[in-house]
Amino acid sequence: MSAASSVVAMKKVVQQLRFEANINRVKVSQAAAELQQFCIQNALQDPLLTGVSSSTNPFRTQKLCSFV
Amino acid sequence: MGEMEQLRKEAESLKDEITAARKAVQDATLQDTVSGTVVVSRVQLKTRKTLRGHLAKIYAMHWSTDSKLCVSASQDGKLIVWDSYTTNKVNAIPLKSSWVMTCSYAPSGNMVACGGLDNMCSIYNLKAKDGNVKVMRELAAHTGYLSCCRFLSDAEIITSSGDCTCVLWDIETGTQKTVFAGHTGDCMSLAVPLDFKTFISGACDFTAKLWDIREGQCRQTFSGHESDINAIAFFPNGNAVITGSDDATCKLYDLRADQELITYQDSSIMCGVTSIAPSLSGRLILAGYDDFNCNIWDSLKAERVGVLAGHDNRVSCIGVTADGMACCTGSWDSFLKIWN
Repeated sequence: MSAASSVVAMKKVVQQLRFEANINRVKVSQAAAELQQFCIQNALQDPLLTGVSSSTNPFRTQKLCSFV
Repeated sequence: MGEMEQLRKEAESLKDEITAARKAVQDATLQDTVSGTVVVSRVQLKTRKTLRGHLAKIYAMHWSTDSKLCVSASQDGKLIVWDSYTTNKVNAIPLKSSWVMTCSYAPSGNMVACGGLDNMCSIYNLKAKDGNVKVMRELAAHTGYLSCCRFLSDAEIITSSGDCTCVLWDIETGTQKTVFAGHTGDCMSLAVPLDFKTFISGACDFTAKLWDIREGQCRQTFSGHESDINAIAFFPNGNAVITGSDDATCKLYDLRADQELITYQDSSIMCGVTSIAPSLSGRLILAGYDDFNCNIWDSLKAERVGVLAGHDNRVSCIGVTADGMACCTGSWDSFLKIWN
């Protein structure tokens, strides 16, 4: 890369860093609490967490045994 | 001082500023916040279905939004659309290039896409009037392999590439709408949230980036991993991101606090993470590893609460259905397994 294009590229890096430095940040205590709240609020609707009964499990084919 | 030297100093100072700003909002840790919460009890999922049919390593899978159909890509040169309830193959699509690394199901269910070492993203129309599935578009412009692709709609798709960029494409015209440049290593994975306004990418430069789709700009960069990020996903609330890396750990980054909240690691785990997916509530994080297993983590307590063991080779891909009812693992052993 030429010296001139290196400078252009570096200017972009600095510009991007400036943009990222200026964003608003929420306190970790608030972010963490809301993450926890979301998990707890949705826990009962989470089939992998609560388990799925065989009668409502679309992946469990009900096999009926019968004498032929 | 030369201009270059000045710019370098400015960059270093800005990086310090970001580090300080992140520390300034670090008034707690996730660990402290959840100290009163009990760890989830042992999660034991069983294989309910095994999808057999591929003849070589499976590299990718993606669920349809209907939570029933899914598409998988294998280096046997085929894309297979499965009805996971019956294990029937709905479509078996032969590919021009067998070196496929990714596949995606459009939210509408009308199309699937794939790509790999051919550097292209091929779009297939599943609902053609004559019933034959054929290539609808070949999106070519990347100068490196296609590592991941995700539809925003039937009209737009985002791709990530080994050429270090991600691209937003107009499917109808087959042209690039926006190029997202910034990563300094191969982009390995991408994920789109429910509002389709942003997307996240994970790369071999060890960072994850959050991009604004319409502005075409990177909004945030997350570091911390000590090796390539292979897998990335949004936490279901849309405010956090989970990543899986070759450094054998997974991490959770909060978007609004702009920092890592926790790392999922265990001294007994020494192999790379290949794939990652959250359960519906986000409480469970399922991650596929190079050691043929999939570990299930309690996302809040960062403890391992389960294992999906059943594959005879690396777990290369994982996905949880939109309705949260099941997770699917795809492996180099050529099988897909459905668990719940």
